[in-house]
Amino acid sequence: MHNETHESGQIHIDIDHDRCIGAGQCALAAPSVFTQDDDGFSALLPGREDGAGDPMVREAARACPVSAITVSDEGS
Amino acid sequence: MTDMTESPTVAFPQNRTCPYHPPTAYDPLRDTRPLARVTLYDGRPVWLVTGHGLARTLLADPRLSSDRTRSGFPAPTARFAAVRGRKSALLGVDDPEHRVQRRMMVPSFTLRRAAELRPQIQRIVDERLDAMIAQGAPAELVSAFALPVPSMVICALLGVPYADHDFFEGQSRRLLRGPTAADTLDARDRLEAYFAELIERKQKQAEPGEGVLDELVHQQLRDGDLDHEELIALATILLVAGHETTANMISLGTYTLLQHPDRLAELRADPGLLPTAVEELMRMLSIADGLLRVAAEDIEVDGETIREGDGVVFSTSVINRDEAVYADPDTLDWHRPARHHIAFGFGIHQCLGQNLARAEMETALHALFERLPTLRLAVPAEGIPFKPGDTIQGMLELPVTW
Repeated sequence: MHNETHESGQIHIDIDHDRCIGAGQCALAAPSVFTQDDDGFSALLPGREDGAGDPMVREAARACPVSAITVSDEGS
Repeated sequence: MTDMTESPTVAFPQNRTCPYHPPTAYDPLRDTRPLARVTLYDGRPVWLVTGHGLARTLLADPRLSSDRTRSGFPAPTARFAAVRGRKSALLGVDDPEHRVQRRMMVPSFTLRRAAELRPQIQRIVDERLDAMIAQGAPAELVSAFALPVPSMVICALLGVPYADHDFFEGQSRRLLRGPTAADTLDARDRLEAYFAELIERKQKQAEPGEGVLDELVHQQLRDGDLDHEELIALATILLVAGHETTANMISLGTYTLLQHPDRLAELRADPGLLPTAVEELMRMLSIADGLLRVAAEDIEVDGETIREGDGVVFSTSVINRDEAVYADPDTLDWHRPARHHIAFGFGIHQCLGQNLARAEMETALHALFERLPTLRLAVPAEGIPFKPGDTIQGMLELPVTW
């Protein structure tokens, strides 16, 4: 069954820079994981590429007005 | 869904009865979510999106065009129809043209940039309040505070002399509210002439100023990434959208808080609620009610076909009160997750200035009620005039005392 849990909640975050419009909604929703680079595009903070267990990562993806952020479970 | 070809349609837009609630005439639209047919001022039927989920889907759908010059683009007023064919920027154009403009502007409107501007916003807010308090109660809050604050902020950011504010505030008012289509056209001409002259002055400056327009003039315009006409269209929309909208949120937000004393007391007791309160006010007030698109292709949706050339309008006030997303949607509640409202729009055209707007609203509302804890309406609420339904919503006047 599906009982084996990924204790660390390992996820993979993918940002499509081609779609990103620099609205900053990801950095607003989950500032411990996302930031905006100098051009205004969404970027992951160093060391937080795996989402750092922040439950707001999925909120950030949902807040993106152009669906530029994909969050997927890793290693399953 | 009800048979939309038979049922009489609701006219759109209509005047609000209470300035912070959608018009009561829109109530039937809630029963036919996510889509309805409405009739524009000229009798033209268009689709009205009323469901939150469908709004997010369609606002992100590239088959819906924002190109105002495209055949079939809907006009909510005769004023809008009069300027529809004029050169537009950002909001009124599609990708790839939009994308180039947006990418040019984004670095000036990031969260970090908005955070850097907070001390300056605070200073402007404090100075306006000092002046209003020195003048003594009562005061008219729109002209004393709600309008000058965002006007000064956008001037500083863009590099537009605030000394010209009487001119551009007046012309923005005519552009957005007429009253006649001729007023709107004339206002557009005057604003464009103003920016043509300002750009010429900036081009002659040996030492460029620090505003966004200075940067555009001395880089993108010089390098040919932007032509003259495009820069004027861009400057016009940045200035108009940069002060009118936020001014309305401050005036209508203040009115709404004064009409909800319990919510105001709660906010005063816990200023940490401020960011979520601003989101909830954005959701509740939905001041830009009627985002416009035209279908560039046939789109199958919810058992209906939106045909190429059909007008599609998004009623943000109805969408942001979708019961499927927001429990008890007509109630102001700081503790609901108000995120994902579409008051700033959605998709590629989502408000460029939203991070700046949030910083301004938070700073202005916080300082206003902190400095003036006894702030209240100076006249009965029912007598205070607010804007008609065919423009951005807000208070025309807000007489207050303390």
